[in-house]
Amino acid sequence: MTAPQAVPGSSRRLVVSGLLLGAGAMGAVDEIVFHQLLHWHHFYDRASGTAGLVSDGLLHAATWSATVAGLALLADVRRRRSFAPVRWWGAVLLGAGGFQLWDGVVDHKVLRVHQVRYGVDLTGYDLAWVSGGVLLLVAGALLLARGRSAAP
Amino acid sequence: MTAVGLTAAAISYLYATSRTTWPVTRTGSWLAGLALVAFVLAGPPAHGHGDLRAHMAGHLLIGMVAPVLLVLGAPVTLALRALPRRHARRLARLLRTPPVRVLTDPFVATALDVGGLWVLYRTGLVGSMLHDPGLHQLVSVHVLLTGWLATAAVLAVDPTPHRRRVAARAAALAAGMAAHDVLAKLLYADPPAGVHEAAAGARLMYDGGTVVHVVVAALLWRQWYVSRDAVRAATVPA
Repeated sequence: MTAPQAVPGSSRRLVVSGLLLGAGAMGAVDEIVFHQLLHWHHFYDRASGTAGLVSDGLLHAATWSATVAGLALLADVRRRRSFAPVRWWGAVLLGAGGFQLWDGVVDHKVLRVHQVRYGVDLTGYDLAWVSGGVLLLVAGALLLARGRSAAP
Repeated sequence: MTAVGLTAAAISYLYATSRTTWPVTRTGSWLAGLALVAFVLAGPPAHGHGDLRAHMAGHLLIGMVAPVLLVLGAPVTLALRALPRRHARRLARLLRTPPVRVLTDPFVATALDVGGLWVLYRTGLVGSMLHDPGLHQLVSVHVLLTGWLATAAVLAVDPTPHRRRVAARAAALAAGMAAHDVLAKLLYADPPAGVHEAAAGARLMYDGGTVVHVVVAALLWRQWYVSRDAVRAATVPA
């Protein structure tokens, strides 16, 4: 077997893997740190309607599925020797920022699934959540662009 | 009855393995799956009257864990190899008939599986079941069979007509997981009548379901990673 050079479709797969892992990992961090360790979030806070409950269940299934799929694709990209760290990290940050923004805006504010924290003034927390998401998105986009220009 | 069925399943599988070369891990997986089914149907989880948590522990084992073990036992592949050629051909023909083709589609099989759970937990059935051991056994067997069908369709370890691509099977699994999670949250938020330990049972359904779903997803993607197509696609230069 000869050493693979550039297998078609590898660079798109690299980005997809990063996006999936970024979103999935952010979802896992959210769940482990804020739900399990800090107990800021609640499993179900009774304030949200069925829509919020459904959205929470969907998001949970999607992030875990994305994490596993992203890892498999990453392994495949490495096997193809097409791993490009800058582009990959760009995609990871983009995925993480997308998740964070969705969680902060749609889940917390539009659907009111659950809040960041209870019994405190939420403005600062919400601001941190959303601006964190935007920062991640911008950083991811910059890295992706840099990776693309650096690519042969 | 269940004891007879399970013993027959173990003996015929072992007999078939003696007629062909067969990996011992598959045999171990099959026997472990059967043992788990026997444990749940006979063991302590079947006797939690009105206790949703005990019931849910049993359901997780019989409806999710046991199916994974049974699917990894690859009984259809073994049958095709061990049966006399005439019968093996007949079995292969049966697998290609329209009803089997429809039922083994990952989206159909997953919908049947979670659909059954929604009927069970969103109607009065769950309350009656928890106070009627006979009905409980019946529901457990149903959960085992639909869980097995769904897991078999998603993992497609055995030969399946028109096996779908990995992304489609992963999507079917994720959709089933989402429906399962939403159902668990509904059960938590609005527990059915005549049930105690409902919150703990719903949490167990949610957390345990997540663990098994992630394991199934990992098995599915690993199977793709080592598949001939993926290996070839990764190693052929442009």
